[in-house]
Amino acid sequence: MTRPDPTGTLARPPTRFDKWADRSFRGLAATSAALAVLLVVGIVAQIAGQAEPAVREYGVDFLTTSKWDPSGKKFGVLPQIAGTLYSSVLGVALGSLFGVTVAIVLTQDFLPPRLEAVAKGVVELLSAVPSVVYGLWGIFVVIPALRPLANAAHETFGALPIFGTRLSGPGLLPAAFVLAIMVLPTVTAISRDALAAVPGKLREAAFGLGATRWEAIVKVVLPTASRGIFGAIVLAFGRAVGETMALAMLLGNSNSFSWSLFAPGTTLATLMANQWPESGAVEKGALMYAGLVLLGITLLINSVGTLILRRTVRVEEAHQ
Amino acid sequence: MIAHDEPRARPAAADLNWGLGHRRTLLSAALTVVAGAMTVAAMVPLLSVLAMLIYRGGQRLTPQLFLALPPAAGMEGGGVGNALVGTLLMVAIATALSVPFGVLAAVFLAEFGPETRLAGAVRFVAKVLSGLPSVLAGLFAYAAVVLATGTYSALAGGAALAVLMLPTVLLTAEQALKAVPRRMREAAVGMGCTPTQAVWHVVLPAALPGVLTGVMLAVARAAGETAPLLFTALFSDYWLTRNPMSPTPSLAVLIFDFSSSPFRNQVEVAWAASLVLVALVMLTNVAARTWAARSAPK
Repeated sequence: MTRPDPTGTLARPPTRFDKWADRSFRGLAATSAALAVLLVVGIVAQIAGQAEPAVREYGVDFLTTSKWDPSGKKFGVLPQIAGTLYSSVLGVALGSLFGVTVAIVLTQDFLPPRLEAVAKGVVELLSAVPSVVYGLWGIFVVIPALRPLANAAHETFGALPIFGTRLSGPGLLPAAFVLAIMVLPTVTAISRDALAAVPGKLREAAFGLGATRWEAIVKVVLPTASRGIFGAIVLAFGRAVGETMALAMLLGNSNSFSWSLFAPGTTLATLMANQWPESGAVEKGALMYAGLVLLGITLLINSVGTLILRRTVRVEEAHQ
Repeated sequence: MIAHDEPRARPAAADLNWGLGHRRTLLSAALTVVAGAMTVAAMVPLLSVLAMLIYRGGQRLTPQLFLALPPAAGMEGGGVGNALVGTLLMVAIATALSVPFGVLAAVFLAEFGPETRLAGAVRFVAKVLSGLPSVLAGLFAYAAVVLATGTYSALAGGAALAVLMLPTVLLTAEQALKAVPRRMREAAVGMGCTPTQAVWHVVLPAALPGVLTGVMLAVARAAGETAPLLFTALFSDYWLTRNPMSPTPSLAVLIFDFSSSPFRNQVEVAWAASLVLVALVMLTNVAARTWAARSAPK
């Protein structure tokens, strides 16, 4: 092994130790990869295992009844499921409207490259603010700012169910507003990639036919990138469904569902965060069941979003 | 000849008029204004958050903030010292758990078995994990660590945060490793290196900036997470003891607890804690991005 090398190079064949080390290290790396897969299996198994007694006890009624009564040992999450979907749809609709617009502005040569980079950085920083800080900001800035508008809307259009109550403090509208801000970076980042992947030739061809800038965007660029944008919105929806802290602070834990934008509401995630600290063993089991429901919903949404985006990549690759 | 040189018919002339008098150009200009206004509006929340943090949190930015314990209800003064230490401790535990594991898995994905079925499964699982609601990572760590050890602890909090850090670490490390030119590996193997030696002596050192960027982004995210800590670390009003297996305070949970407090002093401490937390998160985040941009292959 230490024999002087007659050729004067550093190159030498691997020793037996090197070969042994190589095999063990490859094994270690493969084991780590396998453990990452096992981790997800473990997460599902642990949550399902903890929820199992509650699943057995309450069965499907858990999903279709709306009472959360720890002392009477009656649990149902219908208002939470409805509230999760309602707040997520509102937040994602608002966030997508702004997020896709920002993505268009950032990709269609509206801004000089330097300003484009600054705007991109600002949007990325939006996602760096922790959710609990958005919650605090929502309590002291968003709710006071929205309250006069909301109460004016209630007084004028109070007959409509969505304006059916006053905004007295926490409520659905401030929660959806902050949720929109939180999903905006996700929507913008993925739509930006989809828009940037549209071949420049298409846009130039539209201009050549006499299209204005926005005619080219609306009729050529957006339809070409639509699949990627749709994937972005689905993934944003997945994030909104699982968002916990900002909603726990802004939604006002009410355990009932209301169509009114100004009424307090509840979601699966906020139910867990709000009830956990004071819960006993039986209620913890029911909360685990609620967690299992949330896990099912997010896994479904995220798998769909990932599959949509994976297919866009394939289609683009096929075109190149 | 001159008499025949009348202006020729120019059929496209009308269509090439881009003045705002045209309905189509006017619509296009109006949409540009609307889109610009919406983009500016999208930046307002960030500015508002930062302005409020500096305005309301900055007032309490004194050495006492870092040295004192949180104020009890109705008390004056106080700080977030124990919560800051708790956050740093749990993020450190999460980093120690997730980074070796994530980087090794990334080495497998990029170097040893990129086309294997296991690699495909790992990539899918990493995508699923990156969309996992943080509250569920908390439930998992509760079931796997808190119930097993019988106590809320910094270790359980760190384990929950590690689950959330893993996908970021793994996927960015894989990208960084893949970006190392193939000829560097071939040169190493040509010198008689085993694949393992090539990874340790050539590929990993070259990919290190990219790997560390991913780690810092993951750290920045983990430091601000609140929901998983409610299920795993709880909170404590006292300094950390030598025993890591006891409830541990954190900045994030302190902000949540004090945000709804009726006492003005506690609300002010929540704002100051938010300022410290956001400064910590943003500095890590911006440093990671700048570093990544600077060390990106030209």
